[in-house]
Amino acid sequence: MKAKHQRLFLALAALVAIIGAGLLAVSALKDEAAYFYTPGDVKTKGVEPGKAIRLGGMVVKGSLKRAADGVTIRFDVTDGKATVPATFSGIAPDLFKEGSGVVAEGAFDGKGTFVATNLLAKHDERYMPRELEGMSYNESTHEMKAER
Amino acid sequence: MIAETGLAALWLAASLALLQLLLAFAGLKGGKSELLAAVRPAAVAQGLLTATAFALLIILFLRSDMSVLLVATNSHSMKPWLYKFAGTWGNHEGSMLLWVTVMGVAGAAVALFERALQRDAHMATLGGQAAISLGFYAFLLFSSNPFARIAQPPADGQGLNPLLQDPGLAFHPPTLYLGYVGLSVAFSFAIGALLTRQVDAAFARAMRPWVLAAWVLLTLGITAGSYWAYYELGWGGWWFWDPVENASLMPWLAATALLHSVTVLATRDALRAWTIMLAVIAFSMSMVGTFLVRSGILTSVHAFAVDPTRGSFILALLAIYIGGALALFGWRIGSVREGAPFELVSRETMLVVNNLLLSVILGIVLIGTLYPLMTEAFGHKVSVGAPYFDRIAGPIALALMIALAIGPMVRWRRDGAGAVGKRLLVPAVVGLVAVAVLAAFAWGRIGVLPFLGLVIAVAVGAASIAPLWKRNLLRTPLFTWGMVIAHLGCAVSLAGMACDSAFTVEKLVAARPGDTIQTAGWTLRFIQIMPVAGDNWTALQADMRVDRGGTPVLIRPQSRFFASPPTSTSEAALLTRWDGQLYVVLGEEVEGGRWQLRIWWKPFVTLIWLGGVMIALGGALALVGRERRGWLMKWRARRALA
Repeated sequence: MKAKHQRLFLALAALVAIIGAGLLAVSALKDEAAYFYTPGDVKTKGVEPGKAIRLGGMVVKGSLKRAADGVTIRFDVTDGKATVPATFSGIAPDLFKEGSGVVAEGAFDGKGTFVATNLLAKHDERYMPRELEGMSYNESTHEMKAER
Repeated sequence: MIAETGLAALWLAASLALLQLLLAFAGLKGGKSELLAAVRPAAVAQGLLTATAFALLIILFLRSDMSVLLVATNSHSMKPWLYKFAGTWGNHEGSMLLWVTVMGVAGAAVALFERALQRDAHMATLGGQAAISLGFYAFLLFSSNPFARIAQPPADGQGLNPLLQDPGLAFHPPTLYLGYVGLSVAFSFAIGALLTRQVDAAFARAMRPWVLAAWVLLTLGITAGSYWAYYELGWGGWWFWDPVENASLMPWLAATALLHSVTVLATRDALRAWTIMLAVIAFSMSMVGTFLVRSGILTSVHAFAVDPTRGSFILALLAIYIGGALALFGWRIGSVREGAPFELVSRETMLVVNNLLLSVILGIVLIGTLYPLMTEAFGHKVSVGAPYFDRIAGPIALALMIALAIGPMVRWRRDGAGAVGKRLLVPAVVGLVAVAVLAAFAWGRIGVLPFLGLVIAVAVGAASIAPLWKRNLLRTPLFTWGMVIAHLGCAVSLAGMACDSAFTVEKLVAARPGDTIQTAGWTLRFIQIMPVAGDNWTALQADMRVDRGGTPVLIRPQSRFFASPPTSTSEAALLTRWDGQLYVVLGEEVEGGRWQLRIWWKPFVTLIWLGGVMIALGGALALVGRERRGWLMKWRARRALA
C-alpha cells in the first residue's frame, strides 16, 4: 500500500469507527429516552411489564408499609398526576422516607406493581436525584408539583 | 498570615506562567536564546510556588483555621487528623488548587527532566503548558479562591461529607489528579510538536515516558476509586456508570489509545497525525470531565457546590483550549510528512484496531454521558444508566480484549496471516477448554456476557504470556515484562468482573441477635448489636461470627451517625478470602427486634482490582525499562568516547 493511500485508508477507518459509534449510541439511546418515567408518564404512555426503567417521584405520606419478612417494603410513588404502587426488597437508603423524593430502578410486574431492585434516594442532605429537580411536595395539600 | 502567603504564592505563580508563555513565544518567534534561557527557570519556580500554596492550604486544614472560609465550611475541629489533611482536596476550591498544583509541578518536571526533546520543541511545550495553566489559575483566583477569609470565624466548622471520611480520600483523588492532569503534558507536547513541526519517532520517544507515567497514575486512581465506592457505598457494586466515573474513564480510554499509538510512532514512525490528535483528545477529556464534575450540572458526592458562574467559566476554558488545539492541528497537520507505510497483517494494523475500538468505546461513553445534559437543555429529562453502557460498550470491550490477545503475536511491519494463526493456536485451544468446562458446570446459570467474558479472560490470559514463550526470562527486556503483566492484568480484571456478575450470591434477611444465617457455604452467627463511638461519629455495630467449616472470624458491620453534617453511613464488613469476599451490610431495626442484613458472597471479585494494579504495574515496568535502556545506551556511548 502506498503511503498516501494508507493515510486515506486510516482516515476512512477512523471515520467509519466514529460514525459507527455514533449510530450505535443513538440507536441505543432511543430506547433509553424511554428509560425514566414518572407515574404520570406510566399512566399516559404505558410501560410493558418486565421492561427495565427508572421510576421517579415522591413517596406518598402514609403509604410506606413493611412486610412480615422485615426486608420488603411497599409504598406508593406519585408525581401529582398519578400514583403507582411499588415494592422493594433490601436495605433502603437512609434518606428514603415518606414525603421525600425517590428514583427507583426496576420493572413492573404483570399486576401493575413496580418491583424496584434499587432505590436512589438522596445520599446526603444536599444531594437530590437529578431527575427530581424542580419537583416539590406540598405538605398542606399533599399534592405534588412538577415543574418541567 | 498563612492564607495570605498562599494567595500571594498563587498570584506569583500565575504571573510566572504568563511570563513563561511570553518568553517562550517571543524567544521562538525572534530566535532569541537569551529569552528562551529564562523559560525553564520560570517553569521550575512556578512549580515550586504552586506546591507552596498547596502545602499552606494543607497546614490551614491541619490547624483547623476557621477564619478561612474553605476550612470553616468543609472541616471540623473534631475530625481525625487524616481527614483534616485529606479534606484539603475534599471540596471544590481545594481540589482545583490540587489540579493547578499538579499542572505546575508537571511543568517544572518537564523543564527539569526532559532531555530528549530538541530545544525549540521543548520551549514550545513549556509555553503550551503555561498557556493551559493560565486559564486554570484564572479560574482559581477569580471564581474559586481557596484562601478567602471570613469576618466571624465559627468555633467548629461544618464538617466534611461523611462518605468522604475514609482513608480512600487520602489516596484516590491525588493519584487520579496526577494522572488526569499529567495528561496536560502530552497535550503540551502535541502543541509544541505542531508549532515546531517536529512530529517524528524521536518526538514520540520523548513523549512516551510522560504519557506512561500519567496513564499509570490514572489507572491506579480509577482502580482505587472503584474499590472505595465498592466498600463505602454499601451497594456491593464496583462500577455504577455514574457520569463522574465516566469522567475519569474517558481520559483513561484516550490515554490508553495514545499509549499504544505513541509506541507505533516511536518504533515505526507511523501514525503521526493520529498520535497528535489523541494527545489533544486525552487531555481534552480530562477537561470535559472537570467541567462535568465541577460545574454543578451533575449531582453526586464529587460535585461539591453548585455555582453556575463556575460552569460557564470552565466551559469557556474548554472551548478556548480544545478549540485552539484543534485549530492548530488543522492548520499545521498538512505540513507534517507522511509516516512510514505498513502492511495489512502487521503489529501496526493491530494497534490501529486497538485505537479504533478504544475510540469507539470512548465515543459511546461520551455520548451516553452528555446526552442527558443536552436533552435537559431542551427541557426534556432523560436518564442514561447501566443498561445502555453495558449493552453497547460491553461487547466492544470484549472485541478489544480479543484484539489485545492477537496484537502482541503479530510482528512489526509485515507478517503472514498463517504464521499468526499458528501462534494463536494455543490460546484458542485454552479458550475452547474454558468453553467446555464452563458449559459443563455453569450452563444456563450464567448470562451470555459473563460467559463470554470468562472464556475470553482465560484465552487472553494464555495469549498475554505468550510473548515470554521460549525466551530467556532473565534477559527479557523490562518493557516486554511490562506489556505482558499489563495485558495479563486486563484478563485478570475481566475474569473478576465476569465472576462477580455470574456467581455472586445475595441474601437479604431480618435477623435477631442469636440467629444463625446460612448462605453460599458460609455460616453467620449473629451475636449482638452494640453501640460504639469514634472521634466524630457514633454507631450501631453488629457482631457476627462467621465461618465455612474452619475457625470462626468476627466481623462487625456498622451503621454510623455523624453529627456534623448530620448524616448516617453504612460501614460494610468485608471478609477477604483467596476465592472471594464476604460482604455484609447492616440495615435498620424492624419490628420484633430484628435487624436487616444484606449479605453477599462474591467469588473472585477482588481480581477486578488486582487486575487494575497489575495494569498499572505493567505500565510502571515499561516506563522504568525504557528509561533504563536510555541511560545504559548513553552511559555506554560516553564510555566509548572516553
